[in-house]
Amino acid sequence: MWVYEKKLEYPVKIKKPNPRIAKLIITQYGGADGELAASLRYLSQRFAMPTEETRAILNDIGSEELAHLEMIGTICHQLTKGADCKMLKEAGFDPDYVEHGLGIYPQNAAGVPFTASYLQSKGDVIVDLYEDMAAEQKARKTYEYLIDMIDDPDVLDPLRFLREREVVHFQRFGEALSKVQEIQASKKFY
Amino acid sequence: MIDRETMLYEIMALDFAGTDLNLYLDTHPDDKDSIELYNVISKKRTELVKSYETMFGPIDPRGYVNSDSTWDWIENPWPWNKPKDGRC
Repeated sequence: MWVYEKKLEYPVKIKKPNPRIAKLIITQYGGADGELAASLRYLSQRFAMPTEETRAILNDIGSEELAHLEMIGTICHQLTKGADCKMLKEAGFDPDYVEHGLGIYPQNAAGVPFTASYLQSKGDVIVDLYEDMAAEQKARKTYEYLIDMIDDPDVLDPLRFLREREVVHFQRFGEALSKVQEIQASKKFY
Repeated sequence: MIDRETMLYEIMALDFAGTDLNLYLDTHPDDKDSIELYNVISKKRTELVKSYETMFGPIDPRGYVNSDSTWDWIENPWPWNKPKDGRC
């Protein structure tokens, strides 16, 4: 189960509305390499993990991804709240406004809705951990592309934090994978 | 009196250190120094949350016993709130 705590993992305080970059950042909410896909991937895969360490790392990283989902939602909310209709139109946000108003919807930067086909749960620790390591790298790269496109320091700060977490998660999954491979190599079945 | 946000940020910093160490310990469960550090952070966190909740209300409604005539849980701003509200 989970318990909600009334705080973010890392502060988000954006002063200036900017619907154009909200439209880009939403991909980390509901896109293929986004936080929702990451969270669902790890939290689903954990059930079939074979060791205490792999169950723990998938459970705990999967939970942290939910905190990241909340940060991305907060960033997009603060970037659109306070924007007037003219600003939304000029930013190309009018299709989003027609579909969702200023609501946060899980979709990618091109407006494609979230789908579970972004993730796999294969019931095999080697397969799943390789997917997870790749997923962290893809998310890191997406943050880097976003950082390339953004100037506002209030937005860059939490994005840089989130990028670093992808690097740490990749490291932890790699360690978990090495340990599983050691165990598998030491067991001889004839 | 200490500012609510300043104190909340201190708790957030401790919790982040805890989260990061938790993940590290998941793959290094025998690292004694890190376990010791985790315990120090946890203890500090428990104390700080207790004084925060006495002054400002709950971070997590579970285990919170200070609400009386009003439900304190909905008194503090949600973390995604923005100070200034716009039109549209």
